[in-house]
Amino acid sequence: MGFMNSNEQELLSKMATGNGHGENSSYFEGWKAFDNDPFHPTKNPQGVIQMGLAENQLCFNLIEEWILNNPQASICTPEGVNEFRDIAIFQDYHGLPEFRNAVANFMEKTRGNRVRFDPDRIVMSGGATGAQEMIAFSLADPGEAFLVPTPYYPGFDRDLRWRTGVQLLPVVCESSNNFKVTREALEAAYERAEMENIRVKGLLITNPSNPLGTILDRQTLIELVSFINEKSIHLICDEIYAATVFSQPGFVSISEILEEEKEMACNLDLIHIVYSLSKDMGFPGFRVGIVYSYNDAVVQCCRKMSSFGLVSSQTQHLIASMLSDDAFVDRFISESAERLESRYKFLTCPLAQVGIDCLKSNAGLFVWMDLRHLLKNKTFEAEMELWQVIINEVKLNVSPGASFHCSEPGWFRVCFANMDDSTMGVALNRIQTFVHKNKDVRNPIKRKHWNSNLRLSLKSKRVDDIMMGQSMRSPHSPIPQSPLVRART
Amino acid sequence: MRQLSTKATCNSHGQDSSYFLGWQEYEKNPYDEVRNPKGIIQMGLAENQLSFDLLESWLTENPDAAGFKRGGESIFRELALFQDYHGLPDFKKALVEFMAETRGNKVSFNPNHLVLTAGATSANETLMFCLAEAGEAFLLPTPYYPGFDRDLKWRTGVEIVPIHCTSSNDFQITESALEEAYQEAHKRNLRVKGVLVTNPSNPLGTTMSRSELNLLINFITAKNIHLISDEIYSGTVFRSPGFVSVMEVLKDRNCDNTQVWNRVHIVYSLSKDLGLPGFRVGAIYSNDEMVVAAATKMSSFGLVSSQTQYLLSALLSDKKFTKNYLSENQKRLEQRHKMLVRGLRKAGISCLESNAGLFCWVDMRHLLRSNTFDAEMDLWKKIVYAVGLNISPGHSCHCAEPGWFRVCFANMSEKTLNLAMQRLKAFVVDSTAKLNNHHSSKNSKRKSSPKWVFRLLSRDCHRDRESDER
Repeated sequence: MGFMNSNEQELLSKMATGNGHGENSSYFEGWKAFDNDPFHPTKNPQGVIQMGLAENQLCFNLIEEWILNNPQASICTPEGVNEFRDIAIFQDYHGLPEFRNAVANFMEKTRGNRVRFDPDRIVMSGGATGAQEMIAFSLADPGEAFLVPTPYYPGFDRDLRWRTGVQLLPVVCESSNNFKVTREALEAAYERAEMENIRVKGLLITNPSNPLGTILDRQTLIELVSFINEKSIHLICDEIYAATVFSQPGFVSISEILEEEKEMACNLDLIHIVYSLSKDMGFPGFRVGIVYSYNDAVVQCCRKMSSFGLVSSQTQHLIASMLSDDAFVDRFISESAERLESRYKFLTCPLAQVGIDCLKSNAGLFVWMDLRHLLKNKTFEAEMELWQVIINEVKLNVSPGASFHCSEPGWFRVCFANMDDSTMGVALNRIQTFVHKNKDVRNPIKRKHWNSNLRLSLKSKRVDDIMMGQSMRSPHSPIPQSPLVRART
Repeated sequence: MRQLSTKATCNSHGQDSSYFLGWQEYEKNPYDEVRNPKGIIQMGLAENQLSFDLLESWLTENPDAAGFKRGGESIFRELALFQDYHGLPDFKKALVEFMAETRGNKVSFNPNHLVLTAGATSANETLMFCLAEAGEAFLLPTPYYPGFDRDLKWRTGVEIVPIHCTSSNDFQITESALEEAYQEAHKRNLRVKGVLVTNPSNPLGTTMSRSELNLLINFITAKNIHLISDEIYSGTVFRSPGFVSVMEVLKDRNCDNTQVWNRVHIVYSLSKDLGLPGFRVGAIYSNDEMVVAAATKMSSFGLVSSQTQYLLSALLSDKKFTKNYLSENQKRLEQRHKMLVRGLRKAGISCLESNAGLFCWVDMRHLLRSNTFDAEMDLWKKIVYAVGLNISPGHSCHCAEPGWFRVCFANMSEKTLNLAMQRLKAFVVDSTAKLNNHHSSKNSKRKSSPKWVFRLLSRDCHRDRESDER
């Protein structure tokens, strides 16, 4: 791209010319490797298998079947075209009532009907990406901060900070207690902020967790509510993986805690839920994001802001129809959970047999894999080296823990729901082969030189910003080319 | 501690404007031919409802696009997963070709320079984020679309400084007005980053002349600033002079690949030209790669649903359809425009001569009891309540002169439009008589102008149904 002259630099905003978009993070680097050499069972069987993409591809056949059987759900089919006009015109930022009702219904079902959701509190947004940004704009001013437990989804750095000017401060969680969020860690983070004169406006949690794949237990949730209530700060609960819980313990939503723990007298104005259909249903392309807030003023504000990212009325109509089909929804939720569990076991059992453990999890579209024993030393540099080996030799794109701001090196997020069984089989074979090959080597994996024209840049200023003690030096100096990196989750 | 952000608690969202309040009144008492024949007729909604039948018949002839199919095969999975912010290539290609078509193919567009956004609302905001810092300013000619106050300023912190245009020259932009605005910004210590114009204009319904466009290009060249041309009504030009896009003028001036070429950006949408506001299809077109790169990443916050991209890619790739649609739609707009103008004339009301858009800029200055915005508000309240028409007062569009109103004509049936005109005529006759009596009355002690207290706004009404309307 070359250098801009200072003239041009002034013509655009700092936002446009800076790195706030976060796409220089290592999280995205592995994808370039995949993009350059993507696996295909017949056309490129030696290619890189994509295991960095948290997509849910396991239940499309169920949905396709439903669509075939429900042509009226589309406004374009002969059965549905009589509604075309009204839908095409509909841009009311309240959203189609039937859409909101159907989403509320779905949210209730994924929480075992243990709570009610008020459709009037449902606000649309441009995917969960848009929802997170909208919540940040509504709750915090530039310079103010949200606390967020590590490890966390890298996209938050962009979604909550880039255009809003809000900061994210880590609440460090450690493997010693399976990365649970503790009161001590919360208090430590809060105090740190106070010392640095940063005003904390809220706490952002993802439940079920990305990248851990675990759910927050009831006790932890109660602790969190007590913490935010005491400090009078907001609690943003990103529950976009709610329906991906595939085994016990079951999912407990923040909404249930509010319902059950009334004696806590939690200030409901502090509680907000972010939701989406991208993970639970596998529809990231349809951009269905939701903000659900117990705070009237936040609902009002977000509703107005949703103008910047409304859900296409065509999509609202489809979703309204699909999610109000109770029989279909019930079947989908249970079938999806079964397939996720089966895929989870398919991946984790053979891995355990070759000495690779994952954090015990029961949700999400990925596992949090423990490769600490394969590190040359306990550094993030070593993690990077191992990662390069995994990408270039094992030919799997997985996501290194550093990109999730993990406090300990050696953890990797590995997705399992975005491919078919046979590809998963290939991936497993490769891992097993790799482990066997290096079994006798007492020393952990050394980075081998490879002849590659993959220009992996390992600069990750964002990680440094946050908390990493180790600096991450790039073994390769070239600045990557103008990245046309696709938006990924 | 203040619980919510400043943005959440201020009213920069602009929705306390009269523009939106009229809608609340409409929502409470909407006209329906059968169920509520005395209700308020919505004439504040710049929607194009005239050509749905053309779209519907295309759909019946093209079942694949409808059913997530390509060549009879299901592509549902592919679409459901597609969230690449570069957009569906086929869709972008079809969209830039459609844009070229509405410009008489005098310019062509590169799909790689197009960024898809969730409506023009999002496109305009995104451009602000890319081109200006909080506290910097864009100049906008008045009158302008009230939604800009929200779209351009609210979350971005960017300021709008008006370029005052007056009826003396049919509200055209002049060099002195531009300079004045620039100086005004200076006085307010605001750094000007660009000019934003809407062409064809909302609310005027006029296309910009070549000389205006040249003037603008000269101005932004001299000041080294940006020009955003919001061209969302480009397909609604129904009469000569035809539409001239700023890109065309740049080309004629051999500005390709010069510095100014990179500072001109177009905003587009399918909400007006195709009448599909619900689908949220907007776009930014820029020759500046950095702007394209930054805007593309920002579009993550408001991508176009892949389902919609796919449908429209099929629709817009059908050149036979687009050609027929554009010409038929324009005929219908012209005919409807004539109806409105005639109806207004019968009521003794004239409007700015216009050749585009979904509305007329109507001159009701002669119906004001005084040349003030208070009087404009009074007149507007009467029109909303007594006449039962929701039209948009010029003040909400930041017009410098009281007495002008935007009246939409493409969002209702002919019958309803006729009824609206009858009501208006009756009102004018009645109020002209009253005005005459008032003037001739000996006791013509003026009541003090009522403060504009809009009790219509029931604050406890949670259902503020403001839509994204232009």
